[in-house]
Amino acid sequence: MTTAEILWNTLAAILTLCVFSFLIKDNPLYKFTERLVAGVAAGYWTMLIYHTNFTDKVILTMQNRQLAYIIPILLGLAMWTRFSKNYSWISRYPIAFYIGISTGVSIPVYMYTSVFKQISATMVPFDLTYAGINNIIVVIAVLCALFYFFFSKEHTGTFGVISKIGIYTLMIGFGAGFGMTVMGRVALLVQRVIFLKDYFIALKNYFVA
Amino acid sequence: MIKENAVDFWDKVMNLDRRWVYLSIAIVVIIPTVIPFQVPVATTPEVKKVFNFINRMEAGDYFYLGIDYDPSALAELDPMAYAILNHAFSKDLKVVVGCLSQFGVAMAETRLAELSEKYDKKSGIDYCFLGYRPYPAIVILTMGVDFRVTFPLDYYGVPLDSLPVMQGIKNLMNVKGVVDITAGNVADFWITYGNGRFGFPVALGVTGVMSADYYQYLQSGQIFGLISGIKGAAEYEELSGFETTGLASIPYQTLTHAIILIFIVMSNIGYFVTRGRKKR
Repeated sequence: MTTAEILWNTLAAILTLCVFSFLIKDNPLYKFTERLVAGVAAGYWTMLIYHTNFTDKVILTMQNRQLAYIIPILLGLAMWTRFSKNYSWISRYPIAFYIGISTGVSIPVYMYTSVFKQISATMVPFDLTYAGINNIIVVIAVLCALFYFFFSKEHTGTFGVISKIGIYTLMIGFGAGFGMTVMGRVALLVQRVIFLKDYFIALKNYFVA
Repeated sequence: MIKENAVDFWDKVMNLDRRWVYLSIAIVVIIPTVIPFQVPVATTPEVKKVFNFINRMEAGDYFYLGIDYDPSALAELDPMAYAILNHAFSKDLKVVVGCLSQFGVAMAETRLAELSEKYDKKSGIDYCFLGYRPYPAIVILTMGVDFRVTFPLDYYGVPLDSLPVMQGIKNLMNVKGVVDITAGNVADFWITYGNGRFGFPVALGVTGVMSADYYQYLQSGQIFGLISGIKGAAEYEELSGFETTGLASIPYQTLTHAIILIFIVMSNIGYFVTRGRKKR
């Protein structure tokens, strides 16, 4: 590692330890690091948006006299009237335009991908293979889980049994989610531990060399 | 006397300070650092499908790689991006890289710089880095029609029409498929607007937290492959042979999961023992 890399990695190692210090209790070092990350992220995002979007969608289009872009630019500017008590009503136009377009574009596609495709994938033909038995279990589990959310009838008797199977189905789903979440969180810890290990080895080699 | 001691023990377990759990995990995580060992990784069909998708393409074929994660998900998703890009460049595939998450740009740029140097690949000739645009739904819909509508210039400010790599393709229908590595709801946009609207093949690389929510799309055929968290990354590394931290993380994961399982089992036993006493 070069001297510059050692210095940057030292800073990263110190900040990593500052974040880990929260595990003992909340403290100023953790707070400083948290705010530093939020500040750097906000600054980076703002500049990225400016250089890769505002520049070519506003400045360059106006320089090239692409006049059609005046409409979205005016709509964008109208959003800023939210800060004025007298003119905030103007901001409703770009919001209405945006919501209208989004709704029109998304509702048919969402219905197709999230409802129809999912229902048809649930109701597949049964047979006596492992996959077929799995499909039967999926259908029973989905129906029972749906019954659990039917609150117009008391969950007793046969209905109670079906509802209970629904709860177990949901619990299996939550359990799978929890297990994967643990794996994800541990991965973050492990990556930092591997970084610290590599850093200390590099630091030792730097000073020994 | 023994019974009372046992009850006291389970009471202590139920009221254990969470910092003991942190300390246990810290100790367990240090073990593979001091005593390195390997754990075999079994590959799953959903990861094999992504691997086969890249592996079966021929030199010069195009695919779109979405890099849509930020530094907070780097630990899980960066090994996937590294292995897939390595795999693609080693096979001389043409890669169109885009970001629908603002922080993905820095992640993509770092990996592209490193791997393009390793394989002597040139921006604009062997790959195209489109950069970032906000509003994923609109960006995917327009890329389905023409890349140039949303990205008249690539990330480095060069017009797309002037790039040799973009001469052969107009829109996402001209690529063999999309592999999106994401830590957010960009995955939903690819399923809805990419596969749903245009029907091109989509595979996802997602964080462990997200993965349980996306298996349903695998079953319905809306995505053809799924790489889940660090385990999925390790599987891809195992299949492709391009390693970073995915496979290296598995020994740590194994030990940490074991200690967490012990805590879960102990707390459940403690719950039933102390509940029985409270009832009496």
